[in-house]
Amino acid sequence: MTDSQNRHHLWGRRDVLTAIGWTAVVGSLLAGTSAFGRLLFRRAPVEPPTLFRAGRLADYAPGTVSDRFLKTWRVFIVHEKDSLYAIFGKCTHLGCTPRWYSRESKFKCPCHGSGFDTAGVNFEGPAPKPLERARIWLDDTGELWVDVGQRYERDRWSQPGAALRLPKERA
Amino acid sequence: MTQRPSLWSQIYKSVFRHRFDDTPRNRLLQITSNVFLHLHPATIRRHGLRLRYTWGMGGLSFLMFLVTVVTGVILMFYYRPTAAHAYIDMKNLQHEIPFGMIQRNMHRWGAHAMVILVWFHMLRVFLSGSYKPPREFNWGVGVVLLTLTMLLSFTGYLLPWDQLARWAITVGTNMAAATPFVGHQGPGAGLTGVTERNDLRALLLGGPQVGDPAILRFYVLHCIFLPIIAAVLMIVHFWRVRKDGGISGPAHAEAASRPGRAPPRSHGFAPKGGG
Repeated sequence: MTDSQNRHHLWGRRDVLTAIGWTAVVGSLLAGTSAFGRLLFRRAPVEPPTLFRAGRLADYAPGTVSDRFLKTWRVFIVHEKDSLYAIFGKCTHLGCTPRWYSRESKFKCPCHGSGFDTAGVNFEGPAPKPLERARIWLDDTGELWVDVGQRYERDRWSQPGAALRLPKERA
Repeated sequence: MTQRPSLWSQIYKSVFRHRFDDTPRNRLLQITSNVFLHLHPATIRRHGLRLRYTWGMGGLSFLMFLVTVVTGVILMFYYRPTAAHAYIDMKNLQHEIPFGMIQRNMHRWGAHAMVILVWFHMLRVFLSGSYKPPREFNWGVGVVLLTLTMLLSFTGYLLPWDQLARWAITVGTNMAAATPFVGHQGPGAGLTGVTERNDLRALLLGGPQVGDPAILRFYVLHCIFLPIIAAVLMIVHFWRVRKDGGISGPAHAEAASRPGRAPPRSHGFAPKGGG
């Protein structure tokens, strides 16, 4: 491009075509990349069912922790003196599944050694919070239900679904 | 009357453009006219022979990469990346498929060795000051390659689908959930509005926990995505070693081996028509 042309036109033909070309290249790369980014999050996420029947009250002896639903639903059923609750077996440190050690009366995480007491409250290791509880309730026929999709942190443990209050004579 | 070249020599000459008499020129051509060997310099400096200056750590890292590529492709003939098959395929490779055990173990130990060697390579480059001009850019490329090595190692960790794999990736991806701004448990998550379903952890796992979608994602990252990026950056890395003045040596040796030549330019561009 000669100097005289430069003086008369702020944008030469070559400048315009170059700008259009690069805009197309960069634009399509950006569009493709962001489309790929969106593609990685599906519209209908596949999530496993969360609701299950947990048997009857009589299945759980007072003062015991049951891990019969640990493999299937990741849940411990704890029967304390006057309440029954479902502890969700996911360590609050980095998400491994703790195990119940009845002799020591504690939950222990195999990954980094976090320990929780029978109520699920952390007392050793790196876990920053108590274990969460899953919603538990009794239907009209006396069957226990647990929904691991609805969970309670410690500040909500007094709410109805967080534990089943048992009449004293039962215990 | 000129003799017609034989068919054999015609084929030979179409492949090799030089003879193999032991002359300095032919020795040079053997390297520079071969696409696989031209990674090497045609001539090396005397200090380049001192093994104990670099311990060949970068080259050994690359060798381990090649080992894992070859054995990895062989493992892919039997391994299926699904929760139902992954573990049993891995076990079958070890105990049922002829030579499967050595393939898997070469892949595994080669990968471990690569991680260790890459770290030692970085340590050597740091201690010998080889990151200094004109090699600063190549240090940067190397840092990215180190990260890619770690990511290759991490994504391969899940694939055996044993207890260690599942819980290590559970822990690792939960740590990703604590990444600032892009993890739902990290600082700044409120600002960016990421949730459990659309944060970095969800991106890695493709679901609420480590399961089938996670195996598939890690498999694709491990076998396709990361190796290709790493290979491209390795090409850049090796090319820059040559362009930045060859394998690094002690300062006095590097200067002595370039009598009368200025050190390679580290700033600015070459003048027009210049090299």
